[in-house]
Amino acid sequence: MTKQIVEMTVNGETREVMVEPRELLIYVLREQLRLTGPHVGCETSHCGACTVEINGKSVKSCTMFAVQAQGAEITTIEGLGSPDGLHVLQESFKEHHGLQCGYCTPGMITRAHRLLQENPNPTEEEVRFGMAGNICRCTGYQNIVKSILSAAAEINSASEAAQ
Amino acid sequence: MNDLTPDRDERVANLKGLGCSRKRVEDARFTQGKGNYIDDISLPGMLHGDFVRSPYAHARVKSINTDAAMALDGVIAVLTAKDLEPLSLHWMPTLAGDKQMVLADGKVLFQGQEVAFVVARDRYIAADAVDLVEVEYEELPVLVDPFEALKSEVVLREDLDGQTEGAHGPRKHHNHIFTWEVGDEAGTNAVIDDADVVAEETMYYHRTHPCPLEPCGCLASMDKVNGKLTLYGTFQAPHVVRTVASLLSGIEEHNIRVVSPDIGGGFGNKVGVYPGYVCSIVASIVTGVPVKWVEDRMENLMTTAFARDYWMKGRISATREGKITGLHCHVTADHGAFDACADPTKFPAGFMNICTGSYDIPIAYLGVDGVYTNKAPGGVSYRCSFRVTEAVYFIERMIEVLAIELNMDAAELRRINFIRKEQFPYQSALGWEYDSGDYHTAWDKALAAVDYEGLRKEQAERVEAFKRGETRTLMGIGLSFFTEIVGAGPVKNCDILGMGMFDSCEIRIHPTGSAIARLGTISQGQGHATTFAQILASEIGIPADSITIEEGDTDTAPYGLGTYGSRSTPVAGAATAMAGRKIRAKAQMIAAYLLEVHDDDVEFDVDRFVVKGAPERFKTMGEIAYAAYNQAIPGVEPGLEAVSYYDPPNMTYPFGAYVCVMDIDVDTGVTDIRRFYALDDCGTRINPMVIEGQIHGGLTEALAVAMGQEIAYDDMGNVKTGTLMDFFLPTAWEVPNYETDHTVTPSPHHPIGAKGVGESPHVGGVPCFSNAVQDAFRPFGLRHTNMPHDHWRIWKTANGLGLHDT
Amino acid sequence: MIPPSFEYHRPTDVAGALAVLAEHGDDARVLAGGHSLIPMMKLRMADVPHLIDLQDVAALKGIDISGDQITIGAMTTQHELIASDALHAAAPIIREAALQIADPQVRYMGTIGGNVANGDPGNDMPGLMQCLDARFTLEGADGTRTVAARSFYEAAYMTDRDDEEILTHISFAAPRGGYAYEKQKRKIGDYATAACAALIERDGDKVAAASVAMTNLSDIPVFSEAAAAALVGSACDDAAVKAAVGAALEDIDPTEDNRGPVEFKMHVAGIIISRAIQRAWSRA
Repeated sequence: MTKQIVEMTVNGETREVMVEPRELLIYVLREQLRLTGPHVGCETSHCGACTVEINGKSVKSCTMFAVQAQGAEITTIEGLGSPDGLHVLQESFKEHHGLQCGYCTPGMITRAHRLLQENPNPTEEEVRFGMAGNICRCTGYQNIVKSILSAAAEINSASEAAQ
Repeated sequence: MNDLTPDRDERVANLKGLGCSRKRVEDARFTQGKGNYIDDISLPGMLHGDFVRSPYAHARVKSINTDAAMALDGVIAVLTAKDLEPLSLHWMPTLAGDKQMVLADGKVLFQGQEVAFVVARDRYIAADAVDLVEVEYEELPVLVDPFEALKSEVVLREDLDGQTEGAHGPRKHHNHIFTWEVGDEAGTNAVIDDADVVAEETMYYHRTHPCPLEPCGCLASMDKVNGKLTLYGTFQAPHVVRTVASLLSGIEEHNIRVVSPDIGGGFGNKVGVYPGYVCSIVASIVTGVPVKWVEDRMENLMTTAFARDYWMKGRISATREGKITGLHCHVTADHGAFDACADPTKFPAGFMNICTGSYDIPIAYLGVDGVYTNKAPGGVSYRCSFRVTEAVYFIERMIEVLAIELNMDAAELRRINFIRKEQFPYQSALGWEYDSGDYHTAWDKALAAVDYEGLRKEQAERVEAFKRGETRTLMGIGLSFFTEIVGAGPVKNCDILGMGMFDSCEIRIHPTGSAIARLGTISQGQGHATTFAQILASEIGIPADSITIEEGDTDTAPYGLGTYGSRSTPVAGAATAMAGRKIRAKAQMIAAYLLEVHDDDVEFDVDRFVVKGAPERFKTMGEIAYAAYNQAIPGVEPGLEAVSYYDPPNMTYPFGAYVCVMDIDVDTGVTDIRRFYALDDCGTRINPMVIEGQIHGGLTEALAVAMGQEIAYDDMGNVKTGTLMDFFLPTAWEVPNYETDHTVTPSPHHPIGAKGVGESPHVGGVPCFSNAVQDAFRPFGLRHTNMPHDHWRIWKTANGLGLHDT
Repeated sequence: MIPPSFEYHRPTDVAGALAVLAEHGDDARVLAGGHSLIPMMKLRMADVPHLIDLQDVAALKGIDISGDQITIGAMTTQHELIASDALHAAAPIIREAALQIADPQVRYMGTIGGNVANGDPGNDMPGLMQCLDARFTLEGADGTRTVAARSFYEAAYMTDRDDEEILTHISFAAPRGGYAYEKQKRKIGDYATAACAALIERDGDKVAAASVAMTNLSDIPVFSEAAAAALVGSACDDAAVKAAVGAALEDIDPTEDNRGPVEFKMHVAGIIISRAIQRAWSRA
């Protein structure tokens, strides 16, 4: 099958890739763009390890073809913070032991980021429901929930201080 | 000393040593998506491998035609058993003394079995080629029930036909693998037959799977120029993999480098050696380029390393007052098509003989029969030490059944029978020496914390309300008290493929006072880089933040047996402390020289050696390290390094007391975990934050196993639960908040008194969740019902008790 | 899990999509959110030589509420249904049901059109649409037609839609009275063990009108006319609910799967239907 060019904005940069239509977005991100933060866990859109943000939506990139992302704006974990300045969520996951093996973490934080965009002040129940598309095998979620609630509080107090 | 010298407390805090909830050093890379897992590694020219797998559970392979696949552009090779046979690699030895087909040799014995290995330029072409390999099968009768298998005329393992002696003694039938017996059967039967009260029960601990979020995989790279093989992979025991790879391939061990990169969870799934590893190595040797194989989720669930699948029949006897007098246990163990259980060689049923639990039982017997069936091979310890989950589930259910028989409260029955504090070290009837424990204190603390009497009162009121028709929800109080046995193990008892189960640590102190330590273990999320540095910090007085911990590269790390069975802290943690003590001993000589006093006149104080009685005269570890490299000290070699290979004198025996409160909708089978309290005693606590994280995770895996997670087969041997739609992994929505608590009873024989904790919550959690379900129905006459307690099975229990009759 | 090769089409209007369908017939499938179709393609259980991505077809998007008439474009996602306060005000049962579908990520991608059109008996929207007496608009080479949700489903994955037609819109009258979508599932992301949508209008102490439909209890969604009839005119008391449940159970035909055997499903269905009716009545 012939390849075609797909242009996307990934973490703020315009990127072009040559793909067959059947190439899944997760593999194109990981193998062509070397963004290996998002991972493959289940391949049937249950685990959320491959979660990235596309046009303001949390998306399981194992269940999307790269060609569908033509023209899209994509944010991966690599776009959330940098070694010089971690995102509040990244700091919070470190602070509250919200990760163990780290495999689910990029998808988890990327999803949490979108959740807090839409609901900046969630209850514990809303966090648990809003994170239910991401499976973690190590933490039992308790510290993940704690990390997200703490990050939300920190973001809110920072924005209150700014006002 | 002067005003600028930090006080002792500050110096201790600065080390971030034992007992400190130090934040994890691993997290910076993981939170930024910069972990380095197997599928993140890419080498130039790398090829991709993919398997043709059997759709049948039992069939003869009549022919394999690879022509169409080979004709596809981009396909480099298609390997079958015929290609591997000249290398004697069409079969491989298992960890349990059996052998396993690498690729189907004439027949297939389970659904998903590896039939051919396609090697192609990319994963897409490989997948297309898999579809083009034509395999002609002739279906054979399928055996999925071990009891049927032991009666059947059908011979599953034709390669063993006629062999009456197996790796663990005589075989009684062509589908029988071994009989393993511990204890005094005649004596036990005599006690039970004469007892006041006897309770009997048969229980099935269903087949499940560790299912780490990252599946298994490897990348083999044969450098033909230098004759070196590098093997990256998801290995919980990289050094053992190197030895096995050398023995199988004939490549000398010094020419093989095995690297375990970051591992996305293991839980036992990544202990074994799988056909994918062997085929990747062969393919790389043949092609001379790197070959990667990473399984998908269905392959993971269907073919690599299941856990449990134990049918357990128990008899327990007691006096009328509730003092247990004897325990008899027989297990029919379904091992699937090949005995690939990951246990120490002399323990074909692992440490199942810990099944007397936390109780002082004077006489006991355990017999285990291993059986072949048409299911996937494996039999790993899924977040537990070898078969300890089965043992603890068994005894914690037998206690509950005995309590019913005695018409006694199950908490009180436990209390009457606990091994008493003064009995430690305690010799169990089935051969173990429990190192330390204080069970009564832990139990009383747990019951007080949850207001056990109040819960029982509430439950009794609920039962009355239910009988009056005011509610359709019952309340269950799940109890469990477990004793783990971890830290395999003394080399005299425990080996894997002949390799004694010691572990190791090698330390180098750099001239400027920082350090690197390398270990024979490998973290899969446990946080070794954080916690082993803490052990060392307290031993050698160098801040944990100045210590790098490295594991997983066999070219640099000392030989070790790896990470599983909660053995890292008990064994490698001990090696770390012992190596640290060697460093300190040499540092003491250097300090004495620098301070111009006799060796015996200086003593270690947090981060320095001080002259006894003159604390203002001291040398810090930083100063000592520098001197070790820049001063000629008479009688002392330059440098500051040490290595320790630690052979533990005994296992360690962590324990804990758990209570679960659950509400159950009798009409739908839906459950709600209202409360879960977990008290753990893992001896000396290295990092409370990490311990707590391990407990949350282990309890959640326990919840999954008890409440719905299973590998189920139909009568044709088809796997019914091959994707995450049907294989239950709980999300944040299904999981409660846990209350954690602890007592501290150090191990008397471990250098720092630590016992290990990673698996305790799973071992103790499964019976606790299960007991909560069963306890809810006890007032209505339930004795026992098997896990997993999913909605329909709970509904069936309620239905069987007549609770739906209106 | 790698799908076979296919050709990708991304038309910007319905006519463009229909042209590809006309040209390739059976070999072409439209792609909405993709969370049913793409896993099937990856498992190689669906062979789709021509994939028509509808994401750029603007005419298929959006929620229009005119008076008591609600029209929803097929490409409107579950997330958009949940987020729309106007829709929630007009038909609150939609948000209640949509929140019980899959998980957050899937709801961002999954569309109402995909959910109703692919004929998977596990999908929640078909039963809900039958409960609402919705009508589906289908466009094909021969023009546009509408089909009642209650007569759209023929068998599992078999519907009244021709291979060369596209389901473009869903319309229904804003429901009045009380509502409930009750669903039992094993976990987040699971299909229903049993689910039921109920709408009840009250007139004084009596049920003036009712509608009851069920999900994943047959190979198609089931609207139970008899269940509604048992409720209308009653005070929605225990006897009436029991009669309605009995009637609804007559209309379903569940099959055994990993969620449990038929006997269990029949019993749970009865409980879920009864709870849906009672909750709808309590809100009426």
